[in-house]
Amino acid sequence: MMQVLTVANKEFQDGLRNRWLVSITLIFTVLSLGLTYFGAAASGSIGITSLSTTIASLASLAVFLIPLIALLLSYDSFVGEQESGTLLLLLTYPLSKSQLLLGKFIGQGAIIALAIFLGFGSSALLLYFQMDNSQVIASFSLFIFSAVLLGLSFTAIAYLISLSVSEKSKAAGFALITWFVFALAFDLALLALLVGVDSELGQQGLTQLMMLNPADIFRLVNLAGLDSSDVNGAVAIAINASMSQSQLILSLLAWVAIPLSLAIFILKKKTL
Amino acid sequence: MNTSLISLQNVCKQYQKLSALDSVSMTLNQGEVLGLFGHNGAGKTTMMKLILGVISPSSGSVEVMGMAPDSKAAWHTRAKVGYLPENVSFYDQLTGLEVLTYFAKLKGFNKKTAVDLLEQVGISHAMKRQVKTYSKGMRQRLGLAQAFIGKPKLLLLDEPTVGLDPIATRDFYQTVDQLKTQGSSVILCSHVLPGVEQHIDRAMILSAGKLLASGTLAQLRQQADLPVRIKPTGLNGSVSTDPKLSQFLSSGSDRQTLLVPEQEKLATLKQLLSYEMVQDIQVEPANLEQLYQHYLSQPVSLPGGNKS
Repeated sequence: MMQVLTVANKEFQDGLRNRWLVSITLIFTVLSLGLTYFGAAASGSIGITSLSTTIASLASLAVFLIPLIALLLSYDSFVGEQESGTLLLLLTYPLSKSQLLLGKFIGQGAIIALAIFLGFGSSALLLYFQMDNSQVIASFSLFIFSAVLLGLSFTAIAYLISLSVSEKSKAAGFALITWFVFALAFDLALLALLVGVDSELGQQGLTQLMMLNPADIFRLVNLAGLDSSDVNGAVAIAINASMSQSQLILSLLAWVAIPLSLAIFILKKKTL
Repeated sequence: MNTSLISLQNVCKQYQKLSALDSVSMTLNQGEVLGLFGHNGAGKTTMMKLILGVISPSSGSVEVMGMAPDSKAAWHTRAKVGYLPENVSFYDQLTGLEVLTYFAKLKGFNKKTAVDLLEQVGISHAMKRQVKTYSKGMRQRLGLAQAFIGKPKLLLLDEPTVGLDPIATRDFYQTVDQLKTQGSSVILCSHVLPGVEQHIDRAMILSAGKLLASGTLAQLRQQADLPVRIKPTGLNGSVSTDPKLSQFLSSGSDRQTLLVPEQEKLATLKQLLSYEMVQDIQVEPANLEQLYQHYLSQPVSLPGGNKS
């Protein structure tokens, strides 16, 4: 356990040193405060709109940003150390491969989680003081919790990429493609499917397909409870399907655990 | 001899089609310094990785401190092994002290150890600076400090003196000698290093995954049967007229040097000393580099030599 913490601490310090934590937090804060405060600008007024509109806009922002940031933060975790030779050196230390991977995961995950918490938490505070509504805390807790899971899921996916390629530049390319597929292409494909073969694919089927994408699960978690007027795209249809909140959270958790276990498996098989 | 620290028995390591090591056997005792020589791709690094337990042998057995290094049971012995990889570049954005503290902590030591080690390798003045500002020699010293963490019982050093200036090289060998007297075993892995001879007990020469020769330098010299170079001065050509001596004269451009087989050495020296006008005699036994060249030029199927 000491070893895991040592690695985690080093990765966390790296995140601080590279200004990752500061810049991610800043991006999240500025964008979320902006969306919260000026979200209604389109309808001609400045100020806080309804809670559901705010959550809906924040969720559509987060679903693009968080995966991208998580992938950027972690894509070179292993391939980078492999290129510089420190991976081989670390493995001669009394440190198992799973300890190394978990340590990195905890350290980098903490960076993402902290940035999300601070960035979106500031919006929550703003809303709470403006609206004086305890519903804010509940909605935002769920939002922040699921956003952290989304971030962790893409951190684990980034490890998969980092362990499967042998060059840093390739890892960067794959990370970008992964982001494109999960954040953009997947939804478009679902919509196309929906339009093309609408009779075959029921709501249930659509929801099940969405479980294949952590970004969509995140959307579902946050948009399910809202007025459907604030929601559009494939998600709007899936929302009406029966899928409980806890089931969705469990699926997101699976999207953290499965890539992470797979990454450990690949690292164990890896020859240096 | 006391119990051996490392023993390899007929170890083979295959990478897909490439045979990186082919039936290599060796032992290393406590307090012994072994020089492992061979050109690039000879299998030196593969052998080190096997001993470190990072990879497992395709066949044969590897034992380090009484157990297989790639097994779970060997876990705690890892803290007693130091390794300096070839071409390692440490975390550039960290300071030297931060890098070494990280590695020290992973071996169960603290920052104090790191500071002491940086002092020992002579870069304590730069420990608060980022590693990316370090010169090649300073990085190498940092790598050495890393390998020395926790006074290891076994040190594996891959090209340890690359990038070190002569003074740092001398300091390095002093440290090796010191570790040796403390009972540590060292494997120095390299192309041929000038000046390494006095510091190693035994040498192994690898080529294309096969063990070409192994033994003490004296044994290797004997096997190789390389001539001793004797260079007298002040004889003014009387060597070439002496039938006993002229047969040993080197045929190259250097007409002053005698290449004498080991067993003729003393007789030749006596003969040379019988000349009144001799001013100086330089006697040079075959050095490591010549031995290395000799063994590499041999056909590969040579038996493994003396396995001591």
